[in-house]
Amino acid sequence: MLAKRIIPCLDIKNGRTVKGVNFVDLRDAGDPVELAEIYSAEGADELVFLDISATEERRKTLVNMVRSVAEKINIPFTVGGGISSVEDVEILLNNGADKVSINSSAVKNPQLINELAQKFGSQCVVVAIDAKQINGQWIVHLVGGKVPTELNLFDWAVEVAERGAGEILFTSMDNDGTKNGFANEALAKLSELINIPIIASGGAGNVQHFVDTFKEGKADAALAASVFHFKEIEIKTLKEELRKNDIEVRL
Amino acid sequence: MKIVIINYGAGNIQSIMFAIERLGFKAVLSNNPEEIQNADKVIFPGVGEASSAMKKLIESGLDSLIPNLKQPVLGICLGMQLMCNSSEEGNTKGLGIFDVDVIKFSNKVKVPQMGWNQIYNLKSDLFKGIPAHEFMYLVHSFYVPDCAESIATTDYEMEYASALKKDNFYGTQFHPEKSGAVGEKILNNFLKINSKD
Repeated sequence: MLAKRIIPCLDIKNGRTVKGVNFVDLRDAGDPVELAEIYSAEGADELVFLDISATEERRKTLVNMVRSVAEKINIPFTVGGGISSVEDVEILLNNGADKVSINSSAVKNPQLINELAQKFGSQCVVVAIDAKQINGQWIVHLVGGKVPTELNLFDWAVEVAERGAGEILFTSMDNDGTKNGFANEALAKLSELINIPIIASGGAGNVQHFVDTFKEGKADAALAASVFHFKEIEIKTLKEELRKNDIEVRL
Repeated sequence: MKIVIINYGAGNIQSIMFAIERLGFKAVLSNNPEEIQNADKVIFPGVGEASSAMKKLIESGLDSLIPNLKQPVLGICLGMQLMCNSSEEGNTKGLGIFDVDVIKFSNKVKVPQMGWNQIYNLKSDLFKGIPAHEFMYLVHSFYVPDCAESIATTDYEMEYASALKKDNFYGTQFHPEKSGAVGEKILNNFLKINSKD
């Protein structure tokens, strides 16, 4: 059976990991390669690097980082943040990224999804969707949840799947940072509506939240940042607990 | 040892290059027929869409070169699928090395299959020292049904062939270069086939 995936997410600024991380055995907490190696050794199934830098050299710095990660890491990884063209994607894939994640650029130019799927294959196109509930409606937001769009989460998810996305990374802004669990109702609805894998994101606080998002939320993968970075949850322990709950994982 | 990765413009080959380097070897990327024929090992990668990849092979004449290679050849992912008789993806003919047709998963399961799944019923020197039920990383919407040339089985919707072998030709649906330490061991096994060291 296909295993459910556990995906740590690393925020990258100017080629360095940001957000305090709490690894005592780390020589350099800002080195994405070193962190990636640790997560990979602990049993992470994939990694996501989210670039939040805003400098002019950002692309060059990111490409260098991608290359050094790919040299060392033997599990798949996705790169996201500020990707807005076919050329952006090409240079990242050519340097060893397995997938790219697009968000705002897909909303602004949905045709980009088709172009990327056609040129590189659906398998490397992840569309990230940030949404929160406004008057009972799940509304897609941009710029880290600050700017609402006209789009409804479920309509948009169906559209990106039809346009050729290989996977959806859904972050609930209502849950993100709360540590109260994932948005399982919305996740389960997404899984019913579309037939591509869904990554749950936003709200991870304890092991039970992961059990719930795989069982109730029907998620194919779960992504989290701080619970892993601060060692509140260790990936190996998490996976052992998931297995005890009859959830297939790679151990 | 001379390792050539066939370059026909099909997707991400950097990961395979790096994986081979981690194993202590060097690979060159080439579409030169002579260089490919003279290699000790040939890797035939591929991600993307089958019919357009096949078109590229025909345009470059590689479609007639590859089936006649005599050294160990490893097709990975779409590379393996293109070594079959045909693919439902874009309704294209394949290279006809493996006598089986590639078909699509139904919508009873999520498509693409994306992530880690187990391999078992392992046969051949490719899996030397690899226990059954190790997890490999797979990303694919089309699959090779169970067949006589299968050397590994994976279960997704049904049991299907996740690796193939015929004579000097090998294929893996999974990505050994992205499947952790076990995947690297499989890649290393391939590089050691027929080699004296």
